[in-house]
Amino acid sequence: MAMLHTVNKSPFEKNSLDSCMRLAKAGSSVLLIEDGVVAAMKGTKHSNAVADAMTDVSFYVLGPDLKARGLSENNVVDGIKVVDYSGFVDLATEHESVQAWL
Amino acid sequence: MEDGDQVIKKFMYMNRKSPYGTIYALESLEVVLIAAAFDQDVSLVFADDGVYQLMKGQNTEEIGMKNFSPTYSALGDYDIKKIYIEKESLEERGLSLDDLQDLKYEDEDDDWAEKDSIHLVSREELAEVIDQQDVVFSF
Amino acid sequence: MPIEVDGQSYETDEEGYLADLNQWRPELATAMADADGAPLTEDHWEVVNFLREYYEEYQIAPAVRVLTKAIGKKLGKEKGNSKYLYELFPYGPAKQACKYAGLPKPTGCV
Repeated sequence: MAMLHTVNKSPFEKNSLDSCMRLAKAGSSVLLIEDGVVAAMKGTKHSNAVADAMTDVSFYVLGPDLKARGLSENNVVDGIKVVDYSGFVDLATEHESVQAWL
Repeated sequence: MEDGDQVIKKFMYMNRKSPYGTIYALESLEVVLIAAAFDQDVSLVFADDGVYQLMKGQNTEEIGMKNFSPTYSALGDYDIKKIYIEKESLEERGLSLDDLQDLKYEDEDDDWAEKDSIHLVSREELAEVIDQQDVVFSF
Repeated sequence: MPIEVDGQSYETDEEGYLADLNQWRPELATAMADADGAPLTEDHWEVVNFLREYYEEYQIAPAVRVLTKAIGKKLGKEKGNSKYLYELFPYGPAKQACKYAGLPKPTGCV
């Protein structure tokens, strides 16, 4: 069953995203929120790991959290979809369950 | 203290966290503004995720939190003139100084000329500056 | 205690600072000053308006030291000193003028 994983911590500060990517099964989705959104940006030392994980996991990032931090939607890693709050709700309902990586 | 002469100490505020996800960035800024009244030798550091605090173009409307990024421009009014950004922290995040606010102060002793508050320093240089402090506050 | 102006009620905190700064209107400043027994003059308004502009730009109420320096720069040296500002706002320039301007109480200052 497809699971939605949310990550709300910066990959520079905690290993939540690492653990999430290591344990998320193929076909599941990852939504980056709050401080986790920095992992969506191009050109960071984590960008490659995220791009690699996208071969079997779908990535999303919450737009309002990007905007709050002055991070441009045009600068997210190719293939990551930017969603708003209603998109967040859609993702939650489309998936069987939600796992929050704190 | 002797004869009313104040002992000036070197105070450093070390900012290492992204704004909004936690309260640290805002708390640090408030403490800095309050403590500015004490006429000490103050410097601010933005390193690790702290560099995100100074990003240009922050817009918090949709997350329903106060955007406190305009307040950094007032630091010059509070006589805070030394702001260190760690170069390696920017690079690891694919950022450059152009992505950050341009913070200035007016030099009273130089006919109010506008001068840069921001100093881009390497990790090695930053270690040196930290080593010279009397007190380092960590946020 | 809420303030009543033109039949409308405005929420304040226990020290009389407006709860929601977006509700501010000039009439509120007038009403607050009248209640304090010292009606606002042009000189008061200069400072109140300056504070509102400062808040708009920097999202903070300036400390009194910062206010004094900035007023001196904007309105002239004869106004940029604490004597002048304390005469206008005897309860503390930043504190009292911020209240009239609908701003939060300045953090850690008079």
